[in-house]
Amino acid sequence: METLIGLLVAAPLLGAGVLLTGGKRLDRVGHWIGTLLALLSFVFGAVLFINMLGKAADARTLNSHLFTWVPVGGFQADVGFQLDQLSMTFVLLITGVGTLIHIYSIGYMAHDERRRRFFGYLNLFLAAMLLLVVADNYFLLYAGWEGVGLASYLLIGFWQHKPSAATAAKKAFIVNRVGDIGLSVAIMLMFTTFGSFAFNQVLPQAQQASTTQHATITGIGFMLLLAACGKSAQVPLQSWLGDAMEGPTPVSALIHAATMVTAGVYLITRSGAIFNAAPDAQTAVVTVGAVTLLFGAIVGCAKDDIKKALAGSTMSQIGYMIMAAGLGPIGYVFAIMHLVTHGFFKAGLFLGAGSVMHGMNDEVDMRRYGGLRKYMPVTFVTFGLGYLAIIGFPGLSGFFSKDKIIEAAFAKGGTEGWILGSAALLGAAITAFYMTRVMLMTFFGEQRWQPDAEGHEPHPHESPSSMTIPMIILAFGSVFAGAFFSINSRFVHWLEPVTGHSEGDSPISAGTVTGATMVCLVVGVGIAWLIYGRRPVPAVAPRGSLLTRAARRDLYQDDFNHVVLVRGGEHLTRSLVYLDHSLVDGVVNGTAASVGGLSGRLRKLQNGYVRSYAVSMLGGTAVLVAATLLMRAV
Amino acid sequence: MSASSVHSLWTTAAPVADKFPTPHIEYAQLSPVLIVMGAAALGVLVEAFLPRRSRYTAQVGLAAVGLAAAFAAIVALADKGYGSTKAHIAAMGAVAVDGPALFLQGTILLVGFVAIFTFAERRLDPPPSYAGGTPNSRQPVDSFAAQGSAVPGSEQEKAAVRAGFTSTEVFPLLMFAVGGMLIFPAANDLLTLFVALEVFSLPLYILCALARRNRLMSQEAAVKYFLLGAFSSAFLLFGIALLYGYAGTVSYSGISAVIDGTAPMTPALADTTGNDALLLIGLAMVVMGLLFKVGAVPFHMWTPDVYQGAPTPVTGFMASATKVAAFGALLRLLYVVLPGMRWDWRPVMWGVAILTMLAGAVIAVTQTDVKRLLAYSSIAHAGFILAGVIATTPAGISSVLFYLAAYSFVTLGAFAVVTLVRDAGGEATHLSRWAGLGRRSPLVAAVFAVFLLAFAGIPLTSGFAGKFAVFQAAAAGGAMPLVIVGVISSAIAAFFYVRVIVLMFFSEPKPDGPTVAVPSVMTSTAIAVGVAVTLVLGLAPQYFLDLADKAGVFVR
Repeated sequence: METLIGLLVAAPLLGAGVLLTGGKRLDRVGHWIGTLLALLSFVFGAVLFINMLGKAADARTLNSHLFTWVPVGGFQADVGFQLDQLSMTFVLLITGVGTLIHIYSIGYMAHDERRRRFFGYLNLFLAAMLLLVVADNYFLLYAGWEGVGLASYLLIGFWQHKPSAATAAKKAFIVNRVGDIGLSVAIMLMFTTFGSFAFNQVLPQAQQASTTQHATITGIGFMLLLAACGKSAQVPLQSWLGDAMEGPTPVSALIHAATMVTAGVYLITRSGAIFNAAPDAQTAVVTVGAVTLLFGAIVGCAKDDIKKALAGSTMSQIGYMIMAAGLGPIGYVFAIMHLVTHGFFKAGLFLGAGSVMHGMNDEVDMRRYGGLRKYMPVTFVTFGLGYLAIIGFPGLSGFFSKDKIIEAAFAKGGTEGWILGSAALLGAAITAFYMTRVMLMTFFGEQRWQPDAEGHEPHPHESPSSMTIPMIILAFGSVFAGAFFSINSRFVHWLEPVTGHSEGDSPISAGTVTGATMVCLVVGVGIAWLIYGRRPVPAVAPRGSLLTRAARRDLYQDDFNHVVLVRGGEHLTRSLVYLDHSLVDGVVNGTAASVGGLSGRLRKLQNGYVRSYAVSMLGGTAVLVAATLLMRAV
Repeated sequence: MSASSVHSLWTTAAPVADKFPTPHIEYAQLSPVLIVMGAAALGVLVEAFLPRRSRYTAQVGLAAVGLAAAFAAIVALADKGYGSTKAHIAAMGAVAVDGPALFLQGTILLVGFVAIFTFAERRLDPPPSYAGGTPNSRQPVDSFAAQGSAVPGSEQEKAAVRAGFTSTEVFPLLMFAVGGMLIFPAANDLLTLFVALEVFSLPLYILCALARRNRLMSQEAAVKYFLLGAFSSAFLLFGIALLYGYAGTVSYSGISAVIDGTAPMTPALADTTGNDALLLIGLAMVVMGLLFKVGAVPFHMWTPDVYQGAPTPVTGFMASATKVAAFGALLRLLYVVLPGMRWDWRPVMWGVAILTMLAGAVIAVTQTDVKRLLAYSSIAHAGFILAGVIATTPAGISSVLFYLAAYSFVTLGAFAVVTLVRDAGGEATHLSRWAGLGRRSPLVAAVFAVFLLAFAGIPLTSGFAGKFAVFQAAAAGGAMPLVIVGVISSAIAAFFYVRVIVLMFFSEPKPDGPTVAVPSVMTSTAIAVGVAVTLVLGLAPQYFLDLADKAGVFVR
């Protein structure tokens, strides 16, 4: 069984290697190779899962040590895997959704001449993401972490001929780099504090840490949070996610909705022991989560680009997860549960959006959609189910998972609990609003279609079955996953041995929370219907209120970054360049010139005459003798 | 003198001869030297008795077999423990058989073995094609003069070239040189040291004069080398005389004992031991003789001229093997004879090492000929090795041993590459002619770049491992300033190495630029061995460092 974990990672890695080095002769079969290897990886995952189910709840962790990667003195980095329930959940999500999206991409990328490369990158992403979640130490996790960053960069910029895509890829990469520094600093701190990177060394030690170590552990917590912010697009490192929608839609669905962006949640949940020992860091985590869930939701309300609206929503939903993870043992399980249900419905929504774009000449502006339900029935139904799931319609996936997070937020207790709970409720209302807006603008109302830049009239049609089947499967997940997980607290029991769980102490009853959530949902949907359902949607966006305009500009996140970081950075680099030119180059060039000059003069001593060589030897010997005698005299 | 008086001398000498003990020679332990010398002597016979056309094959085979057999003997000796537990002084105190000696002899034999390949290369120079030549004149030729004794440009020379003569004498010469070099680092008394020096120097002088192209320059180089070599030998010999005057013996252990004051006092000794001037001047002069051979400043001035003028295969052999032998002898002298004197010689050697590193690196900056550039680079490297010598610790010995092994193969390989870049006038050694070489012959340029990076001491090459070991030993031995100077000179040196790489890869090739000749399997093998050793010692140096470490104990 242990070797299967390695194969799980190796299968897509092999695919990436073959597809990226195979050259043109694989163009015709490349997508099949990529999809089959993703499927193979899913099969390995499923076998491991069944095997795991057969064991007792507290004996399900599987360890496998492959080899020692970097042995330098006391520093030892191993390549080893640890597959427990938490990793297993991710493995199934990644390989399952990943396989579906591979299948979807066969149709979606059918006309792209670089399809083979696209599948190579997708496989590379799968391998890196799987490595991230099955690593048994932070050092190897970091390798996966960087790997998914690379794959994300390559895929966002896949259509690199578009300057906007190239820029977006660079932006994502650079913003992520800030987070990655957090992770590397955290790993270094761990090594100096605990002398190891391994989960089974670091985490138990963190739990029993002495008071003197607490400051360091808090530091580690903050650095891990920084890493999570970068990868999971949380405030203040959120700015890249909206632009990342420049990538092909399957990429947005897989990487920037279902899996990679949730790596931050995984990191925080996995490092639970560290955060439990560092309450200050936990407070920071819930703050980031709460702020982001509102931030993303507000941004999502104002976007007319369907993918950017969904991106805002992703940011907001991950905010929920991060907040839940920051609540400690009350929230870990629900953070992961929401992560899984979100993986289903958000991937479904993105695939639906991709299907709409596919039928509408790649148009993304929702003001140019309208009335599509008649033309794309399958897309409409699957997208609609995803919509109901995300707003938390009773009985669907999102209802169970989001409700639990809101309950957990209240259960935190005290003023903090009230603030977090209210934020979560407000977020739920806004979610209902913006998702209804997306739904109404896309599938209802009159047709506001417009010809594209080359004058082609759109002829909306249903997408091929390679695209609709994955959407249907994901829709099933959106509908039933939540209920399946919640019956008998199945998911809680599943994850509890790894993350721990406590009920908390809620000031209000679960029924009250559910009631309040329902009210928020109705209010959100109602307002959206009033604005976008009853009245015709204007083809050109109205000026809008101050908040709308701010939200359209992503609440001025780029302007903030530009003024504070880019300008500041430019001034810094300019002054450094000046110093480099005047001072450093001056010294360097001056030294080089003087060495050259000296060399030219010394060279003249080498005049080719034996007599002068002999004189220099004689002189040298005389000096040698004199110096030796002198040394004795001194 | 009449016959009877000669006879009476003979008979009167006979009873005296009885008083000499029969010298006890451990033939087995000296077998590497004996095998090489025997092969060299056989080579002379081959030259005398075999027809011209079959000499080449016979000589190459004889030399290769001789060196391989000698190397096998070295391995066998080391295997029997002569490098460590059974190390002792053989041949009545004349020759040491110990770790450093075996390690250095092994290195010299391997270097010699690879050098045979470059000596035997016969595809690079186009065969002479004078009108009216006999079919024989189509015979391929090597880098060596058709007939060494013919005056350059004379009718006699032209006739020799027309006849397709080749100087197969180079192989026995090479073998004699190797034989001398084997004794040199193992010599355990000053006279053996001197004899070994002459035994390997004289063949080298001749070899230097034997270039096929640029014969005048080659002969000029040989004459310079010979005159300056003789000059330095004179100093060495004078130094030996003074040391004998001081200690009353030429054996290393004997001198060492007198210096330490542990020798039994005799009336003669009592006269001289008070007189340290004899010792100090003698010491300085003997050391000077060795510094000349390693090319340390200010005794380096022969190096560029000789390296440039000598046939390139000879330069490669000389630059690597001579350095190994001479540094071996220097190490033994300083560590076995003069450990008690280190407070006298260390400051002086500091000065020499600093001067050598800096002068070599600085002057190389403005060189325009690739062979001269490599010559100055070898001077700078001599400085780096001296830094390890000065450490006076066991780590110093082993780091120097490792450095020598690493450096010699890089040097051999680099000079072998130089033989490949040719134009109508033979080798194109002016650096401007190398512009854009990387565009036309990426493989050759890349290989040369590897050697240059190794010279510069870039990690993952043997040069880095060696430099690191030497500087580490020097720093641990309390010579931090030397290390700082060493690093500064390495930085200066990196400039001109990288400049050549830039020139090869980032300059436009000249339309009339030289071509890269396709070598036979001979030179290819030599270059491949050079690259392989460079990379292996760079990537996995630990085994060889351990080997050098184990070998790093002198027998006293």
